[in-house]
Amino acid sequence: MEEKTLTIALMNPPYESANSTTAFRIIAAALRQGLRVNVFAYEGAVCLPLKEQAPHANPVKGTTVEEEDHPTTSKFVSALLEMGGDRLTWVNCGLCVDERGASNAVEGVRRGSPADFFKMAEGSTNTLVIPTR
Amino acid sequence: MTGYLFIETRDPFESRDTEFVAETAAALKERDSEVTVFLVQNGVLAARRGARERYLSRLAEAGVRVLADDFSLRERGIAGDDLRAGVSQSSVGALVEMLARGETKAIWH
Repeated sequence: MEEKTLTIALMNPPYESANSTTAFRIIAAALRQGLRVNVFAYEGAVCLPLKEQAPHANPVKGTTVEEEDHPTTSKFVSALLEMGGDRLTWVNCGLCVDERGASNAVEGVRRGSPADFFKMAEGSTNTLVIPTR
Repeated sequence: MTGYLFIETRDPFESRDTEFVAETAAALKERDSEVTVFLVQNGVLAARRGARERYLSRLAEAGVRVLADDFSLRERGIAGDDLRAGVSQSSVGALVEMLARGETKAIWH
């Protein structure tokens, strides 16, 4: 059976829009269905896998960091990379990373350029671009 | 045959440009294309049976398949049996199946 590949371009920074959550859900569903998935993170989306992200307590509910167990986007990215193994490729745009000083990404995230996105899209069954607006 | 998949994330009560998606989807359907509008995030807000916004019914009447993401519905307290006529509950898994067909053109809005 022909192997299928889905390429997804992301642009939203963390905690800005439900687009990121939906994108994570689409990536997870695609991996569960046996697809290969390429992610090209552009602009603010390069901050999604930032290692320094820290979960927080919830002062409204009075819960601690541990009780709240707040999910950071980097934990989502790590979980997806672990789930996908070599079927998930995550490329962060290098220029966008440098602009934001966001080079400390979780393990498995690669540095690349829009040329990588072009190659990914060319070799994919389908490409989904998720813009910020 | 090329199919078109519109992924509508916007709340039609807040973003009138959802009309653009509706008009484009209906126009493509008129040209005999297979057209699906997949509602996700706040895009599901007009799917509630009692919602006054009628653009989803118009889409369904035009023959466009209208699906609503189950996760987004649950988050917004919309039960599967509380959907307006012409809208069916679906899932991100079904969305991926549509994307995995190479002939599907996907447009995120």
